[in-house]
Amino acid sequence: MGKPMLNPEPARVPSSRRTEGGLAARIWKHRKEYLAISPFYILFAVFGLFPIAFSMYLSFQKWDGIGRMSYNGLNNYRFMLTDPEFWRAVGNTLLIWIYSTIPMLFLALVVAFLLHSSFVRMRTLYRVGYFLPNVTSLVAVAIVFGTIFSNNYGLLNYTLNLLGLNSIEWLNRTWGIQLAISVMVIWRWAGYNAIIYLAGLQSIPTVLYEAAKIDGASGVQAFFRITVPNLRPIILFTLITSTIGGMQVFTEPQVLVGNDGGAGGGGLTIVLYLYREAFVHNYFGYGAAVGWGMFILIALFSIVNWLFVQGRPSHDQGVK
Amino acid sequence: MKARSILLHVGLTAGLLLSVFPFYWLLVMATRTTADIYSFPPKLWFGTKLGDNVSRVFENIDFFGAFWNTLFVATACAALVLFFDSLAGFTFAKFEFPGKKILFVLLLATMMAPAQLSLVPSFVIMAKLGWVGSFKALIIPGMANAFGIFWIRQYAQESVPSELLDAGRIDGCGFFRLYWNVALPILRPALSFLGAFTFIGAWNDYLWPLIILTDESKYTLQVALASLNGIYLSDYSMVIAGTLLAVIPLIVLFLFVSKQFISDIAAGAIKS
Repeated sequence: MGKPMLNPEPARVPSSRRTEGGLAARIWKHRKEYLAISPFYILFAVFGLFPIAFSMYLSFQKWDGIGRMSYNGLNNYRFMLTDPEFWRAVGNTLLIWIYSTIPMLFLALVVAFLLHSSFVRMRTLYRVGYFLPNVTSLVAVAIVFGTIFSNNYGLLNYTLNLLGLNSIEWLNRTWGIQLAISVMVIWRWAGYNAIIYLAGLQSIPTVLYEAAKIDGASGVQAFFRITVPNLRPIILFTLITSTIGGMQVFTEPQVLVGNDGGAGGGGLTIVLYLYREAFVHNYFGYGAAVGWGMFILIALFSIVNWLFVQGRPSHDQGVK
Repeated sequence: MKARSILLHVGLTAGLLLSVFPFYWLLVMATRTTADIYSFPPKLWFGTKLGDNVSRVFENIDFFGAFWNTLFVATACAALVLFFDSLAGFTFAKFEFPGKKILFVLLLATMMAPAQLSLVPSFVIMAKLGWVGSFKALIIPGMANAFGIFWIRQYAQESVPSELLDAGRIDGCGFFRLYWNVALPILRPALSFLGAFTFIGAWNDYLWPLIILTDESKYTLQVALASLNGIYLSDYSMVIAGTLLAVIPLIVLFLFVSKQFISDIAAGAIKS
């Protein structure tokens, strides 16, 4: 915590007093700096930290949000672990995450490579067009995709019929609902990730490719030896953000098929389940316990992600 | 080379069409009657009912009410975030004080705290404060955030010269004047991104407003739209027209800031 670098009034405090006053005096002298950064810490304490501690307490209570709380021991957790709906929600969330993330990141990579090519004209147009879905509200997206995946008169069924195939009642099937949700996620986030990959590609120094060429490396070799290792940290970043996002899918199913997740509960994700239990059924204590269940799930996933990085720690250089 | 270039553009254009098609489809449906929307085969070209549909939106729901609510919340969120984040980000970038490193690491660590975990207790706190049903609950908890402070700090470190601050000090500027008169003008590019980012996020937010806003007259556009979607199945062209109206302002805003916005998003991802 060394000496202050920028000190507005260094001469006022005599040096003997400065050492006497110690930390408290030094803190007092920088009161304006502390004041300037304090709003965030105060807000986080009140609306971030306290709720987390409170949710721990709440998860051991039985409470409808209005009447008296009563101690419920581990019953909320016990109920959660034995409720098939909870496990269905966990399964659905994972399935939707897999259906959406893998194609989404793959498409994003392809688009980024195409955009990176030096032949591309009107790159800005493409960038804006691909990014546009990402700033559109999820409620609007869910309404529009609802008409595309509609059971009888939807656009998708029309396309199937044109191809000589039969209509499918998408929103009456568990997998159909999950597919529709995944398509929405892909549509909204593929362009976003492509833009990030593109920036990653652009930040790889062209000198590396030139050197490889001089050394007689083929295009394929350059791709696997230069492009992939340099892009790895960025791919990891997109993987982590889509994991966090994927665990929190809520608006798409809620607007598309309602609070119960539609036919067979196909759209019942964890956050939708949490929302329904806490705010539709008013099981507040139980909702807090589900929040912790979700937290553990996200933590497990993050550890898996982390192990995935640790497993291949070969490239720390490249883009930071 | 030429064949490759054509193939490349065909691929990119196909992707672009997929990206833009839902907007086209929304526009087509908004110009059609409900019967058209439910017809099979679907009508793929524009109809003539846009005016009718839009006027029914204005008759049946308080669209402008929801619009102003959303505009107010999003603007307030953006303005407050800009102020508090730039003040803190600038301080972290250009000043030394005891505990600075630890405080900054702490700030970064809070980004990992899962928001959904505290959905229920946050609501309970809002209830205790008497903020349920009030915009305060949508604005105040997020008015200083770690991401924005981090973003401004990075930018201020690179772009605000310490010599300029020293010069300001010699001219008698106090701490706040240094921030307001010296740093803030330089930080403008970083601020415009953070402002647009916060505004778009607040405009599109759904889960938290859905929980907090109990009175219909306070609904934001997203909550109002979602409730329309469930009710007016027989007048779906109106729901679609409302969706279109809710989406347009943001698209216009985005097109204005898009170029810088997109490169900033990418830069933010690469930095972190």
